[in-house]
Amino acid sequence: MNRRNWFKVIGAAGAACLAETEANANESVSIGDFDDCFGVLTDITQCIGCRKCEWACNNQNKLPVQPLATFENKSVFQEHRRPDAGHYTVVNQYPGSNGEEKPVWCKVQCMHCNDPACASACLVSALEKQPNGAVIYDASRCMGCRYCMVACPFQIPTYEYHNALTPQVRKCTLCYERISTGGQAPACVTICPTECMTFGRRGDLLQLAKSRIEKNPERYVNHIYGEHEVGGTSWLYISSQPFTELNLPELPEEAPPRLTEEIQHGIFRYFIPPIALYAVLGGITCLYHEPDENKPGEEGQQDA
Amino acid sequence: MHEHHPPRPVPRKIFTPGVCVLLAFVAMALGYSIYRFIFGIGSITNLDDQYPWGLWIAVDVATGVALAAGGFTTAALAHIFHRERYHAIVRPALLTALLGYTFVGLGLTVDLGRYYNIWHPIVPSMWSGHSVLFEVGMCVMAYLTVLYIEFWQIVVVEKFKDGANLPGPFKVFNPLIDFFVRISEKTFKRILTLFVIAGVVLSCMHQSSLGALMVIAPTKIHPLWYTPILPLLFLLSAISVGFPMVIFESMLASRSFRCPAEMNILGPLAKVIPLFLGIYLACKLGDLAIRDSLHYVVDGSTESKFFILEILLGVIVPMLMLLFRRVRQSPGLLFTSATLVVLGVALNRINVFIIAYTPVYKTEQYFPSFGEIAVTVGLISALIVIYRIIVIVFPVIAFPTEESS
Repeated sequence: MNRRNWFKVIGAAGAACLAETEANANESVSIGDFDDCFGVLTDITQCIGCRKCEWACNNQNKLPVQPLATFENKSVFQEHRRPDAGHYTVVNQYPGSNGEEKPVWCKVQCMHCNDPACASACLVSALEKQPNGAVIYDASRCMGCRYCMVACPFQIPTYEYHNALTPQVRKCTLCYERISTGGQAPACVTICPTECMTFGRRGDLLQLAKSRIEKNPERYVNHIYGEHEVGGTSWLYISSQPFTELNLPELPEEAPPRLTEEIQHGIFRYFIPPIALYAVLGGITCLYHEPDENKPGEEGQQDA
Repeated sequence: MHEHHPPRPVPRKIFTPGVCVLLAFVAMALGYSIYRFIFGIGSITNLDDQYPWGLWIAVDVATGVALAAGGFTTAALAHIFHRERYHAIVRPALLTALLGYTFVGLGLTVDLGRYYNIWHPIVPSMWSGHSVLFEVGMCVMAYLTVLYIEFWQIVVVEKFKDGANLPGPFKVFNPLIDFFVRISEKTFKRILTLFVIAGVVLSCMHQSSLGALMVIAPTKIHPLWYTPILPLLFLLSAISVGFPMVIFESMLASRSFRCPAEMNILGPLAKVIPLFLGIYLACKLGDLAIRDSLHYVVDGSTESKFFILEILLGVIVPMLMLLFRRVRQSPGLLFTSATLVVLGVALNRINVFIIAYTPVYKTEQYFPSFGEIAVTVGLISALIVIYRIIVIVFPVIAFPTEESS
């Protein structure tokens, strides 16, 4: 191949590469419609901190569980708790805002992101967003690299560090089995005595949240947590005080995978960039010859 | 001056007091690893739900991959850019890369919760092209294969080309080795360059992707290190550390084997390092300026101190040092500056994976446990011992031997 043809090939490859990156950018703008996904709306103002949801969750997911009565113990609220391998959901207590005496409680669990970073990070598709909204884990695929835990903006996936042979990533499943068969609500939602959680389609839940905020603007802050955070989540919250006071992280609207996948697909679209690099290096190998170093007076010799 | 000594097995004993110390470290790491495989990762590490990645990922994997960059940079220099005078350093660099990546695999095996599923990324039904880690995994596996092919073709075939003559119980393998050597002389030899180029491409791909790993956690990574061009910075730093690593290990090997350092090759090799470091530094600081994050450098936080250490001692000082011919010609100063670059890139990887990482709900700062450190030290020790054994058995290093000098 002569030099001229060579540059033609490189030029064509470069152009194709640019075109592909653009096409890819357009694709990623319209990532699905998540209105039909199942989700849960938690109304913080209605939660009484009874922790029955914790019990129901442990029970449903066959996690180590104590009798329901022990969950009435309020001393656990003295410290901030996080979900762990034995608890998919926990309720924490926070002081009420505006000098109100009554504390508020905030239940945390997997947010079931529309565009989950954990699933995008996973290299063996062990975590995947299901069409019904749940982000669930398949232990049989998992390598245990824990990249999902690094990626999650809510610090939700937990790990069985003391299981030597078959450790699993553990997190809320949105009660995948229950919601898949006949649209039963998750266990925590079903048990809640104050109905502070509503199970339904995400689109309907957003409508419900908006109407509640509109009807009672003095009761709620004008923010549905999860509507836009990291590209939107299936789990939504409304509250009487800013969500940072409830320890829910302030997050950008863009889902993290949008950036990483753009970079990734940019580099690998149809393998054109690596193949182009291979071609360029191959061309240099064939065409480029260093001046003979054994001639006297070459730069390398002088330096040595 | 005679430029090209052919590589030959180094005529030294395998066991020295130093090797015995290293073997003690290996034994300790082995002990901790066995404990980990019986009682789980949590039994010997400080890893938890806040810090899922620690020393093993930052050093054994990320730093290991970066410091193996001497392999692809020297291969490109000698085979693609035909700088014939540097052929002498290609083999040791190739061996370092080969062992480096092998130990990345071993380190990963200790870190993975389900290590027995490490092969899952190659199963098409589990492929996930959107995962950065998938790309890293596939590239590393492919590159490791390329490295073994190169090493087999360049070193093993040369060793046995006149017929294998293994002693004692290994005798039975002799015909088998002869058979494979004859096959590869007929086939691989012609297409070796194709593998070398593939190795360079695969290296560029996964060195950069390794940097893209943390891009998925924008809210957890400190702005001094979080940037969409992290992949580019990782690639540039890997290229920058390639030659310094070759100089570092070549001079260590010379010292260990009591041979004169190959200054006539290493000095000129160092000439290009300031250019690479300069490009890396410009991208890094330019990126900080564009992102309006330069003020974090001087805010006095722990992160800022680690950043200054990384940039000043790991990039700026060696870059300025190596601009001077006097530094490049002095074994002591050349070794010092190369070591600074190596440590600087290692610190960069530790910074990105540990120091810059803040969990959303942080209760305490992660610090590696004794067990984690023991495993890492043991892996590095094992790597050094195996390197020593291989260069004593196989024609890897081209020292001027006593007879020829």
